[in-house]
Amino acid sequence: MTSPDTPQSPTDDLPVEQTDAAAAPGEPVVVARKQGMFGSSSGGDTSGYGGLQRDILFPGESARPYGGYFDEIADVLEQATGEAFTEGVRVVIDRDEMTLHVEREHLLTIVRALRDEPALRFELCLGVNGVHYPQLTGAELHAVNNFQSITHGGRRIRVEVACPDEDPHVPSIVEIYPANDWHERETWDMFGIIFDGHPALTRILMPDDWPGHPQRKDYPLGGIPVEYKGATIPAPDTRRSYS
Amino acid sequence: MGLEDKLPSGFLLTTVEGMVGQMQARSVWPATFGLACCAIEMMAVGTPDYDIARFGMERFAATPRQADLMIVAGRVSQKMAPVVRQVYDQMPNPKWVLSMGVCASSGGMFNNYAIVQGVDHIVPVDIYLPGCPPRPQMLLNALLSLHDSIRETKFGVDRVEAARKAEAAALSATPTHEMKGLLA
Amino acid sequence: MATQTHEDLYGDGEDLGPVFTASGGDWDQIAADAATLGEERIVVNMGPQHPSTHGVLRLILELDGETVREARTGIGYLHTGIEKNMEFRTWTQGTTFCTRMDYLMPLFNEAAFCLAVEKLLGITDQIPQRANDIRVLMMELNRIGSHLICMGTGGMELGATTVMTIGFRERERILRFFEAVTGLRMNHAYIRPGGVAQDVPTEALDALEAELPDLRRGIRDLENLLLENPVFKGRTVDVGTLDLTGCMALGVTGPVLRSTGLPMDLRKVTPYCGYETYDFNVVTRDSADAYGRACIRIEEMWESLKIAEQAIARLRESVGEPVMVADKKIAWPAQLSVGADGQGNSLDHIRNIMGESMEALIHHFKLVTEGFRVPPGQAYVGIESPKGELGVHAVSDGGTRPFRAHFRDPSFHNLQAASVMAEGGLVADVIVAVASIDPVMGGVDR
Repeated sequence: MTSPDTPQSPTDDLPVEQTDAAAAPGEPVVVARKQGMFGSSSGGDTSGYGGLQRDILFPGESARPYGGYFDEIADVLEQATGEAFTEGVRVVIDRDEMTLHVEREHLLTIVRALRDEPALRFELCLGVNGVHYPQLTGAELHAVNNFQSITHGGRRIRVEVACPDEDPHVPSIVEIYPANDWHERETWDMFGIIFDGHPALTRILMPDDWPGHPQRKDYPLGGIPVEYKGATIPAPDTRRSYS
Repeated sequence: MGLEDKLPSGFLLTTVEGMVGQMQARSVWPATFGLACCAIEMMAVGTPDYDIARFGMERFAATPRQADLMIVAGRVSQKMAPVVRQVYDQMPNPKWVLSMGVCASSGGMFNNYAIVQGVDHIVPVDIYLPGCPPRPQMLLNALLSLHDSIRETKFGVDRVEAARKAEAAALSATPTHEMKGLLA
Repeated sequence: MATQTHEDLYGDGEDLGPVFTASGGDWDQIAADAATLGEERIVVNMGPQHPSTHGVLRLILELDGETVREARTGIGYLHTGIEKNMEFRTWTQGTTFCTRMDYLMPLFNEAAFCLAVEKLLGITDQIPQRANDIRVLMMELNRIGSHLICMGTGGMELGATTVMTIGFRERERILRFFEAVTGLRMNHAYIRPGGVAQDVPTEALDALEAELPDLRRGIRDLENLLLENPVFKGRTVDVGTLDLTGCMALGVTGPVLRSTGLPMDLRKVTPYCGYETYDFNVVTRDSADAYGRACIRIEEMWESLKIAEQAIARLRESVGEPVMVADKKIAWPAQLSVGADGQGNSLDHIRNIMGESMEALIHHFKLVTEGFRVPPGQAYVGIESPKGELGVHAVSDGGTRPFRAHFRDPSFHNLQAASVMAEGGLVADVIVAVASIDPVMGGVDR
């Protein structure tokens, strides 16, 4: 019926009562639920399929063996961090990429091991990036860190931390990877995720007195209708969407 | 018998207005002021391939105090807008503004929260140049058109009269929202 | 007129001492006033409108005489909201937006984004060989263009106009080829998910090969003009140093990292677009200073020419092969052709969809207006851009538009090192340090 990114009709969104970590192993994670069949968000749905519900499924926790170097990473991490890994990490292998969904209280332990363990040695932090899943109740905001190892020939790993919208706090990893400094500021600026322990969490891209966090899905694009010789073209975010 | 009798007829006979216009049009100094992609094409105009020096404009002034043309080359963000205005305010009169590229002229494809939808919201624009980014030749063409209008600039009482005329013409023109174009 | 107050317009009300507001032409007065204070350390705001800060970069420098004690970087003056805009366009239209991020390397932005989309779609292996070769050719030429601008503007900031005119003159040769292939000099939107927008005409390859000797001579000119030039060496040797430890800590990549001697190049480490089949070297220096980075950039241009020549040879052999993925549900349905009234959709295609096949019309319409759907999930792809690792993190919710597309721009990351490079040096060396990072604010602020 409506895509989660159209701010005009937020009531149509169906909250998905499921947090990231609550998914059973192997089961895909429902990140959003959409209505209707053809994706159109405006105009009446005359097809008769308007009541259909569609779950947007993200790949769920993977089972061993993960394949490639992923098993080795998991083994070393488990040895180095023990409980933090077994209880606080959900491993997802998708499209030849390894994602560690980490509980925020275990983030620093895991990230420190990623940097310090000789068998891991992820020297480069490729920055943090926010993603806003408005329908994922209890884990709306995700901070996604990418790491790269030089010692081990360009291995990559992704560490994803989720936090609820009401309590948007995630520990800062700047003390471990100083490279993340500006990226965490950008993510705070764009998504409003507060990185606890960051030395100076201020706005970086927007002006200092800017209200709101533009990249969140509930923040409108802010376009204006364009008028040209009698015809008016609506702003991109108010046009029909098929998503 | 004065000096003018010794010269070919008409040599000295021009108006102050025409003379000032000619001199101003031939020595426009742009401010070194680049914002985004268009700034690269603006720099390309200064190179031997396009050679803006042919029109007396190779002297890009590093300080707005010595510039009389501001080429707004690129998208103007909300954060940059006060700076653009300050640069404009620091330029001495007479001064002109060229809005280079669609982003500066109307916001272009970036119809969103971050970009000022047309630099004419902050500074008066004398000439708009479309393109994303405009080719260097297009910029030269816009500059020549601007030179023409500078050369035609009226002086003194004539200027007041010209301003009145322009205002009257603007008031009687069809507003853009009433223009129908092909929809008529 | 210079004014002296105790009110800091940009502070939080705390009295930090006298504040001078310069409005130009009144420096003597300010200097005299400042001298009476007996205070050596002053804070100078440089930018965002300053001729030698590479666009709209703002530097806040605390000076002790000529020495920089503290340097802070202010960015965001070119924030365009491109990532947010992309969420309201189809995946194919996304290339049109991301190409305008770092406007000196448009083809890298497109390639990184398309590789991420292809990874999400799972069609990385199905990209035709010819499309990959075209991508490599375009990217390597773009790398030369970007390095030429870097050397040119960097030289201009040091006060050498000839460097700039040579750099731009040589870049024009590359732009002529780009224009012949894509129709545009910059901001091409040429590389598309699934391949490239259209084939490279053989005439364009001929013209490029005719230009290459001149381009070689131009790069040689630049090399001769700069590398043994005592003024240039005096300005850049041991200036803006950042050692390997610093690079690692700050996540710096690209020529700055390679100037510490580490041969880190994603084209070798995690090859993409078939780079593993090309013969080229990773250029390094171990001086870790601005001079070493200049040498790396010039030598990388030679390496890029080497790759470009190999790509041209391959393109000559594969004339007529497809440049777009075979899957009709993804490939753009129309081909462009040049007609009497300019470039547009091929008339044969229009005849087919308008007169012969309604299914083809529906297919064209759906694909162009609605776009293809991308399976839910996320992917990260990193490529070696002229400035360092350009990464794209794309998230799809199964729709026709990106749910989120984040660009890890190398300039954004590397610019964090500017303050480390500048502190303790002279104020004139700040310019050299920043120029050796080669930040492009369009990429930094996006």
